[in-house]
Amino acid sequence: MLLLPALFLTLIARAQDSSGDQTVEMADALRANGKIYVVVAVLVAIFLGLILYVVRLDRKISRLEKETK
Amino acid sequence: MLRQSWWKILCVALLLYTITAGFLGGVPARPILHETIRNLYFHVAMWMSMMIFFIISVIYSIKYLRTGSLLADIYALEYAKVGIVFGILGVLTGSMWAGFTWGAFWSNDPKQLGAVVALLIYLAYLVLRNSMTDMDKRARIGAVYNIFAFAMLFPTIWIIPRMMESLHPGGLGGNPAFNNLDSRMRLIFYPFAVPGWTLLGVWITSLRIRLQLLQEQRHK
Repeated sequence: MLLLPALFLTLIARAQDSSGDQTVEMADALRANGKIYVVVAVLVAIFLGLILYVVRLDRKISRLEKETK
Repeated sequence: MLRQSWWKILCVALLLYTITAGFLGGVPARPILHETIRNLYFHVAMWMSMMIFFIISVIYSIKYLRTGSLLADIYALEYAKVGIVFGILGVLTGSMWAGFTWGAFWSNDPKQLGAVVALLIYLAYLVLRNSMTDMDKRARIGAVYNIFAFAMLFPTIWIIPRMMESLHPGGLGGNPAFNNLDSRMRLIFYPFAVPGWTLLGVWITSLRIRLQLLQEQRHK
């Protein structure tokens, strides 16, 4: 009994999918005016900052390990 | 192994590519999701990394029970902790994503609930350990509980959410991977995003383990 509406759900979902591609809006404006590169640059900057912290921590621990020997 | 640089450099390279290609690469245009589908490289990657850390953690717990090596216990504990952190990040990023796509930060969706229950079980593992002062007892009971906590991941995350009606892809027995993941996304997700985030977690865990060992040596 419960299976029937469930099967209908998947059918409806698929119908939506096949016609969706041309009408779904994406961030093409951001790509067109180059602002997407700012997004990437900010994220890369944040990421590299975090990595820098982890690298410094790693080196500090290595130094401590050498001293304790 | 813990002190080698090659896999750490690899980690940075993988994640730099993930972030860059994640936003500049092509993605399928799907209703409701629009560009947020890119969150796959972050939100979903967090969960896959968490699963890997919990697997590693339970392996070390089993190793402790078999060999009595307290080092194995430290590994098990630290991997569980980092797994919990990635899991919390998964819940937070998922909640943010849901706020914009599903219309609510929390929907009592089966997978949302399952994930939170799984994380609570692992948090209880930390509480359990801290309630004991004897190191061997702590490690032994902790290891047994860790195995139970890992076993609970199966029903809470992988089984029940897929059997029920769900906002997440995969409900009612469907395919959790967005019903055939677009190959452009697959090429970024599996070779770069998942290994990248996982290696980052391994790196952080290795630092925590080394710090723990240093502290123990100093107290001797």
